Amino acid sequence: MAITLDQTISQKQQSWAAKVLGSQTFWVLIAVILACIFLAFVTDSFATTKNLYNITRNVTFVAIIALGMTLVIITGGIDLSVGSVLCLCSMVLAVVMHAGYSIEVGIAAAIGTALVIGAFNGILIAYLDFPPFVVTLGMLSIARSLAMVASNNTVVFQFGPDHDKLLALGGGAWFFGIANPVLYMIVLALFTGFVLRWTRFGRYVFAIGGNEHAATLTGVPVRKIKVAVYMISALSAGIAGIIQTGWLGAVTTNIGAGMELQVIAAAVIGGANLAGGVGTAFGAIIGAALIEVIRNSLGLLGINAFWQGTFIGSAIVLAVLFDRIRNFRLSE
Amino acid sequence: MAVLELANISKHFGAIQAVNDVSFSLEAGQVVGLMGDNGAGKSTLVKMIAGNFRPSHGTMRLDGAELIMHRPVEARQHGIEIVHQDLALCNNLTAAANVFLGRELRRGFGPLRVLDYKTMYRRAGEIFRELKSETRPRDLVRQMSGGQRQAVAIARTMLSEAKIVLMDEPTAAISVRQVAEVLNLIRQLRDRGIAVVLISHRMPDVFTVADRVIVMRRGRKVADKPIALSSPEEVTGLITGAIEQV
Repeated sequence: MAITLDQTISQKQQSWAAKVLGSQTFWVLIAVILACIFLAFVTDSFATTKNLYNITRNVTFVAIIALGMTLVIITGGIDLSVGSVLCLCSMVLAVVMHAGYSIEVGIAAAIGTALVIGAFNGILIAYLDFPPFVVTLGMLSIARSLAMVASNNTVVFQFGPDHDKLLALGGGAWFFGIANPVLYMIVLALFTGFVLRWTRFGRYVFAIGGNEHAATLTGVPVRKIKVAVYMISALSAGIAGIIQTGWLGAVTTNIGAGMELQVIAAAVIGGANLAGGVGTAFGAIIGAALIEVIRNSLGLLGINAFWQGTFIGSAIVLAVLFDRIRNFRLSE
Repeated sequence: MAVLELANISKHFGAIQAVNDVSFSLEAGQVVGLMGDNGAGKSTLVKMIAGNFRPSHGTMRLDGAELIMHRPVEARQHGIEIVHQDLALCNNLTAAANVFLGRELRRGFGPLRVLDYKTMYRRAGEIFRELKSETRPRDLVRQMSGGQRQAVAIARTMLSEAKIVLMDEPTAAISVRQVAEVLNLIRQLRDRGIAVVLISHRMPDVFTVADRVIVMRRGRKVADKPIALSSPEEVTGLITGAIEQV
């Protein structure tokens, strides 16, 4: 029987299962699960409540920023300044609260700082056509230096009248013993996932990464979207900074140093493509989880910590290798 | 009645006279082949109709009303659609997403409006059916053939009630079989009463599908006649300048 035009048009290209099996995120998730099962059997300390609590909480800071980074990467950009922005926002929060202001004022100041930095990055990139690498590299240096200026390069560990509130915000576990940062991460991940899949903004983010010229020609407000994306990235760093401050109970000017690379690694392991156009919120979380599980397991297995970089680096290459193999098959 | 009328249109960039005193009109349901060598002024002329440039002199009238545009988006609002030479497609998105790019359908109220995937897939499917193109709305454009990609780009022009469709070299980089597909798509547009301007270097395509041919040389219109009264030889002569004017 001949296949009619209608049948062809209404046909789905691939089943749901084929789509899942073909995604990098799925295989990384499998790797995380297998590693957890393996560690639970081999070590006594992995599957303890305390260790799992630590792992889930440690994941969150990288994961939250990886959510924002994923948006930037989908548009085909990069944000190297997130580690320094985290530090600056933490420091702004700490200094403002130390000076006797309430936690609300402190958080507003930190968020405001993040948004201003993000807007600065975004405007230079979108309107003045700076390469994202250069602008955010500059900001990496500027933001950390400003954090040093703001605190005179001291450690801040007293947060004024709302000291306890801040520590509860980041260090508490208000919901079934799950660490607060984990809850924030889950909420933010769901929100990011929703925005990417269901909103016009999300669609435009993908369109810009796929073909920026086409997006412009079809009337997508490319520049505004780009500015927004860098603001979201900085905002995610600011939020992570606030939570981390509450958890650590102290801010130094070297927190978040080198974090941008971990965040980018998490996004890439989770399936975001640095060439733009591809990435998911769930992938960012899974990528961050894999990195943290590797770190944690090396410690538990008694492997010298110097090996950490080798393992994480290999995970990046392996994860992307899967994607390459799949693309080779597609192109054949 | 003419859909679009151009009267004494000129465009210069500094000392360069790109288009010089060109007048013509487009009729509904007519395919006009616009031909000329590189630098003859075809692109500049089309970009003025598309709202990218404003003419230095002369007037354009759409359905009798004077047409003045400041930005390309306004052309679309007036029912003028452009199929760009590079098609302006995003490879990482589905066919339906590309068709609706920049005019996504949403459902819900106020700030809680989400993309209406279902309706967009359905509408895109209907348009592909009308175009008689085997293109699946859910497929990624990355995996499509040249003809299907053309269908996606052309489907865009059918979202709204377009009056004029400008096609820039739609058959430049695709296989012979796909060329036939694209020419069919053009006929579909014509049968819907749309005025199509086909900018092309390929003589056979213009002579297969166009009703009229306009030839430009050095910014001037040197011919404007029904295709039946012309020949490829004559048009070649007009393009190169071997024939001065008809």
